[in-house]
Amino acid sequence: MIRYLLPLIAFIILAAFLLVGLNLNPRKVPSPLIGKPAPVFNLQQLHEPENIFKSKNNLGKVWLLNVWASWCVSCRDEHPLLVQLAKANVVPIYGLNYKDKRNLAIQWLEQLGDPYTKSIMDPEGRVGIEYGVYGVPETYVIDKSGVIQYKQIGPVTVDVLEKTILPLVKELQG
Amino acid sequence: MNLKLFLNLIINYGILTATCLRNLFCKKQFILLFFILIASPLSFAKEALPVAENPEIEKRMIILSEELRCLVCQNESLAGSRSDFAKDIRREIREQLLANKSDKEITDFLVARYGDFVLYRPPVRTNTMILWFGPFAFLLIGGILLFFFLKKRRKSLQEVPLTNEQLKQAENLLKESSDGDNK
Repeated sequence: MIRYLLPLIAFIILAAFLLVGLNLNPRKVPSPLIGKPAPVFNLQQLHEPENIFKSKNNLGKVWLLNVWASWCVSCRDEHPLLVQLAKANVVPIYGLNYKDKRNLAIQWLEQLGDPYTKSIMDPEGRVGIEYGVYGVPETYVIDKSGVIQYKQIGPVTVDVLEKTILPLVKELQG
Repeated sequence: MNLKLFLNLIINYGILTATCLRNLFCKKQFILLFFILIASPLSFAKEALPVAENPEIEKRMIILSEELRCLVCQNESLAGSRSDFAKDIRREIREQLLANKSDKEITDFLVARYGDFVLYRPPVRTNTMILWFGPFAFLLIGGILLFFFLKKRRKSLQEVPLTNEQLKQAENLLKESSDGDNK
């Protein structure tokens, strides 16, 4: 009897491994930066290049850092949601324009709406490396003491926003 | 003109003349072929990129980045990938090497930002135990199974003594074959 059951058991074990393994998303790499202080940066603003934005100025408030680029297709997907979020005025969104051209970025925001409290430019992706960015869009939730509490890799969806980001923001603001 | 380009041109002219002799009448194809063959070596001429400013740094950078995974195209190393992300990280490594950082400092820098996942050889931790020791566990299990299987098999393969008749038959057969050899 066992002789005939063994292949079946082996198959079930293999199938279980495959079921779990194939359902994992290889793109979701857990960020080691969560719970760590957000890297400090000073960058040119997108609209006013003569003004330097300092991330230190945001200490004391909860804010979102959204990394985007005009060449990034899924940024276009998530953009309406960000515009909506900005209108709701719950949490300030800072836009980090990643490896992009100034005129293209400005044009993009004019066309699709500008949800950002401030837009900053990282044309060479150096701040991106500091933040461990590897796939735009990425969104960070940073708390009052400047610690990264959450990182969304890929576009923010309604689901993620309502179930994860907004409750977290409320908790951090509270 | 470099040697490679020169050889390429010669070979292509060879192909051209050979084709030409074979089909004397196809002018259109001839012209097309002419341009294709002329264009192909020229497009290869730019292949070799200028050697990096500092070959020593470049060498170290490549050795280091071969051990690191590109997070954008996950089946490639940072050394082999042509993605923008990999280019940026290579630039970062290069700059840090120029700033006299050690290899360990640089990998630590990247691990701090991208996690153990950038390493092709992740450190031994509780969550990487299966990765490191799983194969040995499977080998052990396989070995144990093999041991018992062979033991069982040996029992069932006990020698059966031959009967006299069978021995005689075997002797005859051997005799026959040796007779055959002598003839």
